[in-house]
Amino acid sequence: MITQFLLRGFDRKIVAVLFVLLAIGVLVPASNLLLSPENPLHVPTYAMSLFGKYLCYALLALALDLVWGYCGILSLGHGAFFALGGYAMGMYLMRQIGSRGVYGDPVLPDFMVFLNWKELPWFWHGFDMFWFAMLMVVVVPGLLAFVFGWFAFRSRVNGVYLSIITQAMTYALLLAFFRNDMGFGGNNGLTDFKDILGFSIQADGTRAALFAATALFLALCLAIASGIVSSKFGKVLVGVRDAESRVRFLGYRVEHIKLFTFVVSAMMAGIAGALFVPQVGIINPGEFGPGNSIEVVIWTAVGGRGTLIGPIIGAVLVNFGKSVFTGAFPEIWLFALGGLFIAVTLFLPRGIVGTIQHRFKARQAMKAARDAESGIDSDTKIQPAE
Amino acid sequence: MTETRPRSLLYLDNVCVSFDGFKALNSLSLVIEPGELRAIIGPNGAGKTTMMDIITGKTRPDSGEVFFEDSVDLTKKDEADIARLGIGRKFQKPTVFESHTVWDNLELALNRKRGVFSTLFYTLTEEDKARIEEILATVRLGHRSHELAGSLSHGQKQWLEIGMLLAQEPKLLLVDEPVAGMTDAETVETAILLKEIAKTRSVVVVEHDMGFIRDLGVKVTCLAEGSVLAEGSIDYVSNDPKVIENYLGR
Repeated sequence: MITQFLLRGFDRKIVAVLFVLLAIGVLVPASNLLLSPENPLHVPTYAMSLFGKYLCYALLALALDLVWGYCGILSLGHGAFFALGGYAMGMYLMRQIGSRGVYGDPVLPDFMVFLNWKELPWFWHGFDMFWFAMLMVVVVPGLLAFVFGWFAFRSRVNGVYLSIITQAMTYALLLAFFRNDMGFGGNNGLTDFKDILGFSIQADGTRAALFAATALFLALCLAIASGIVSSKFGKVLVGVRDAESRVRFLGYRVEHIKLFTFVVSAMMAGIAGALFVPQVGIINPGEFGPGNSIEVVIWTAVGGRGTLIGPIIGAVLVNFGKSVFTGAFPEIWLFALGGLFIAVTLFLPRGIVGTIQHRFKARQAMKAARDAESGIDSDTKIQPAE
Repeated sequence: MTETRPRSLLYLDNVCVSFDGFKALNSLSLVIEPGELRAIIGPNGAGKTTMMDIITGKTRPDSGEVFFEDSVDLTKKDEADIARLGIGRKFQKPTVFESHTVWDNLELALNRKRGVFSTLFYTLTEEDKARIEEILATVRLGHRSHELAGSLSHGQKQWLEIGMLLAQEPKLLLVDEPVAGMTDAETVETAILLKEIAKTRSVVVVEHDMGFIRDLGVKVTCLAEGSVLAEGSIDYVSNDPKVIENYLGR
C-alpha cells in the first residue's frame, strides 16, 4: 500500500529531481572529504555548510508549498514550525555538551547555571537521548499545527484571516522564547554546541554527513509530498483550494483534509529546522521572526507554488542571491527582496517552474490541435489506453 | 408526532430564518415525496436559495423542522453529513474543479469512502471506471473526459456539475437554476436530462425560465417572501391571481 502510494508520485520530473538530490547528497560530501583542497572540483567545507543551509530552506519551502500551493492555506507562520524543530535539535545538542560548558555543570546548560537554576526543568528531560529529541522534532511542530489547525479550520477561518493568525502565532512564540524564564536560553538561544552522536560538530566528516542527511531528507519529503499530491487525496486538496464549498457538498470533511495537510507540512518544517541548527551552530528566537516566515512565501512564489519542485529551486536561488547580495551591498538586500516579490507577482505569477510547465503544456496542446487538424486522431495519441 | 408527518423524502415544516431582521424564510412548509420531480419558482429574494442552504446544512433555521426520510433531523447535521446521507446540490453558478479534468471531477464526486486515509490510498477500480464512463455518457461529455473542466463551455460545466451529483448517487438532488445562461437547444436537452434523472430519484429544481418549467411538466411551487404562495400544476399556478401579482405580472 505504501509503495504503491509512493510509486504513484514518481512521475518523470520528480524522479529526475530525486536523482539530482541524491547525487548531490553523495558527490558534494565525497568531493569535500576525498579530494585535496588544490583540486578544482574540491568543495570547501564552508561552501558545503552554506549549501546545506539552502537545502534546509528548500525543505521548509516544500513544506509550505504543500499547504499553500495545493490546499490554498497561505501560512505566514511556517517559520515557527521550523524554529521548534530547530529548538528540539538544539536541546539535544546542549545536553551533549555535558561538563564541557563554561561553568562545567554536568547536567545544566550554561545559561541555566547563569540564571542560578538548581535543576533541569521538566521539559528538558529526555533530550539527552537522540531518538527522543528526533521524535520531538516532528511531534512538537506537529502538535502545535494540530491544535492550531483544529480550532482554525473547524471555525472555518479562511484566507487572509488565517494568514494573519499564523503570523500572530509565530510572533507570540518569538516573544515567549525571548523570555529567560521560558528556559530556552532567552535571546541568546542555544549555541556553543560540541558534538552530535559523539562526533565533533566542527569536523569535516560530521559536516559532510549532515549535508548528506539534509539532501536525503529533502528527497524523502519530496517523494512523500509527491505521493500525497498525486493521490485522490491530492485531487481533493486542489479541490479545496479552488472550490471549497463544492468539496464540502460532495461529502468531504474539509477541516480534516486541511488539518492532515497542515500537520504533515509542519512536521516537514520541523525536520528542516532540526537539520539547520547543527549546520549553522545556533538557534535563537530570531528564527520565529515574522519576517522569516514571509521570506519562505517569497521563495515559494519565485520558484512556483503548486509544483513541489519550484519551491526547492526558488529557495536555493533566492538564498544564494541573498548570500551574494548581503556580501556585496548589504544595505539594499531587503529592497531587492521586496522588488523581487513584486516582480514575480506581476510578471511571473506562476513562478519559474510553473511558467515553464505552463509553456510546455500549452505547446503540447497546440501540437495536439495541429495533429488533429491534419487528420491524425489526436485522442488516441494523447490518451493511450486509459 | 409521527402520524402528522406523511411518508416523505423531505419534510419542511414552519421553517423560519432571518438575517439581521430580514425574514428570508417565513414559516415555510414543503413536502417532497420519494421519486418526485418538483419545480420551484418565485421572485428574487423569495427565499429559494436560502431554502436550499437550510436543507444542505449551510444555514441553520431559527425555528421549524427539517426531516429527511421522515426520521433524520437535518438541522443537526453539517454539509458533509448531509451530502453523505444522499442529498446533492448544484449551485446557481456552475461550480466544478476547473484545474482538474472532467474525469477527475467525476472521480472525486463518486460515492466512495471520503476519509483522509481512504483517499490517500485510493486506486481506481474497474467498477468505478465503468460508473464514471456511464455518467460521462449520461451528461454527454464522453469525448471531453480528459480536458480540464475549466476549458468547458458554460452549458457543459452545468452538465458536468449535474454529472458530479449523479456520481454522488443521491436520493435527492437540489438543482439551482440549471439553465441560466444556456442556449435554447441546451435548455431542451437539460430538461430531458433532468426528467431522465428523476426516474430513479427525487429532484427539486429552482428556475426562473417558465418555458423550461413547462417542458418539465411537473408540480410547481411558487415561493414569495419566504413562504409558499401557491402549489400545483404549472397552469394552475400561473393562473393564480396572487402569483400573477407577486411574480409573473412584474
